[in-house]
Amino acid sequence: MNIKDRMSGNEAVACALRQINPDVMPAFPITPSTEIPQFMTTFAANGQIDTEFIPVESEHSSLSAALGAEAAGARTVTATSSCGLAFMWEILYVAASDRLPLALACVNRALTGPININCDHADSMGARDSGWIQLYAETNQEAYDNMVMAFRIAEHKDVRLPIMVCMDGFITSHAVMNIEVLDDESVKNFVGEYRPEDYLLNSERPMAVGPYAVSSYYMEAKRAQAEALRNVKRVALEVAREYEQISGRHYGLYEAYRMEDAEYAVVLIGSAAGTAKDAVDKLRAEGKRVGLIKIRFFRPLPAKEITEELRGVKAVAVMDRCEGFSDNGGPLGAELMSAMFTGGLDAYAVNYIYGIGGRDVKVESIETVFAALEEIRAAGGTEETYRYLDLRQ
Amino acid sequence: MIEIRWHGRGGQGAKTAALLLTDVVFGTGKYVQGFPEYGPERMGAPITAYNRVSDTEIRVHSNIYEPDYVVVVDASLLHVVNVLAGLKPGGAVIINTDEDEETVRGHLGGYTGRLYLIDARKISMEALGRYFPNTPMLAATVKITGVMEEHEFMGAMEESFAHKFAKKPEVIGPNMQALKMALAAVAE
Repeated sequence: MNIKDRMSGNEAVACALRQINPDVMPAFPITPSTEIPQFMTTFAANGQIDTEFIPVESEHSSLSAALGAEAAGARTVTATSSCGLAFMWEILYVAASDRLPLALACVNRALTGPININCDHADSMGARDSGWIQLYAETNQEAYDNMVMAFRIAEHKDVRLPIMVCMDGFITSHAVMNIEVLDDESVKNFVGEYRPEDYLLNSERPMAVGPYAVSSYYMEAKRAQAEALRNVKRVALEVAREYEQISGRHYGLYEAYRMEDAEYAVVLIGSAAGTAKDAVDKLRAEGKRVGLIKIRFFRPLPAKEITEELRGVKAVAVMDRCEGFSDNGGPLGAELMSAMFTGGLDAYAVNYIYGIGGRDVKVESIETVFAALEEIRAAGGTEETYRYLDLRQ
Repeated sequence: MIEIRWHGRGGQGAKTAALLLTDVVFGTGKYVQGFPEYGPERMGAPITAYNRVSDTEIRVHSNIYEPDYVVVVDASLLHVVNVLAGLKPGGAVIINTDEDEETVRGHLGGYTGRLYLIDARKISMEALGRYFPNTPMLAATVKITGVMEEHEFMGAMEESFAHKFAKKPEVIGPNMQALKMALAAVAE
């Protein structure tokens, strides 16, 4: 049953976590994610959840505690942003390679410097090679839905990997908007009890977590990890189909918006997709054949699927809300354009860096991107394949 | 879609007013959006907050550059911020001030468009005995924008105050009084 409400993104994620009632939540506050543990401590104090909340002295500790709790057999969650995620770095890799399906609500924020508290994707994009599953939300609704689905994906026996549930700092986390949440019972039944096959506190089947691997085995362990991440694509779609039955909301690995017969396409991640949809509608009304692809899963990246979706398009702008400092574009641009090349896609492609440090993204901003794509096609290509959007000159 | 831009100073409750507006308008079944512009804000510094109200789903996430209404919670901002920036033709400005119309239009560079002046300080001091300009400014904004019926608004606010001030119910009455006085002030 759907209940109409209005919530900020942080409140929506906290609502999902209250309904999931995880066993353990270690957390250290950092804006803009601070409200999530704040809500959870309130729920715990009010007796609405029996989650063991562990206040820690740093993010390195919060992820270490989360890892320990998850290994012990407890369903565990934490939340952070920006430098907080950066401080977890070492443990991110440990959690993934130990195959511990804990969840992390990442409220995306720029990484210093210059010092900045606003939205971009530098934090989670930096963690892209750590082995975590990453999914992103356009709205508070998607942030809620993703959180409800997260443990089912992460804990699946063919996956068993940690999951990072991301949303845009402030733009999504602090904006209050309409939302439909499920009733507590439906979420509880959907998520189910956590029954890990093996866990540290099971004296019947003793195990080691995080042992040393010599060169003869390290590669095989990594390959197994990569296979588990590949399985996410199948599992996430299964979970999404089941979720659609209780919520009425459909989710794929990515969302294609008005891509049928599109000649020009924009590919991006997060809240800017909503703004881009308005731009697409506006241009479509003017007779322009434009469309949008919104990334939901960045890890694993459905690169081949998106390449197929783009077949027939004449020019594509892949947009990154963070720098890659490769002198060749951001991470989404590099990865997707590489997939487009190996997939033999015959289209012009350009990479935009946009919205970093909270730079506002307007409908007109996206319109200028589509206009640039038309120009690139008309000119038969461009030397400038890596650009900045709305840069002050 | 109606778009409202709030200008205030940190600590005056402009952000709270925008979020409260979101809250009460949600009850009418409309689509709503309320968000502040975040930065390194501190007490007294100029801040901006935004509202969108629509009959259809709101997808845009940008700030508001061409508002239908501008609410100025602190008149000293008229000398600091261009509150008229992007105001739609036919749009209105709502200002908390005790100055007369001619003087205020002078501050606004001879602005000739729709203008509403509310003495939120006077209302707040009379009703609450303290200076909380956001409550009267919220009431005036609801009335002028017509985003919801007055009686619906008063009902929703009474509920909101009952929840917010559960531990000090004695302030609910004065707050409701401040709203009533602000609604009446717009009628004048």
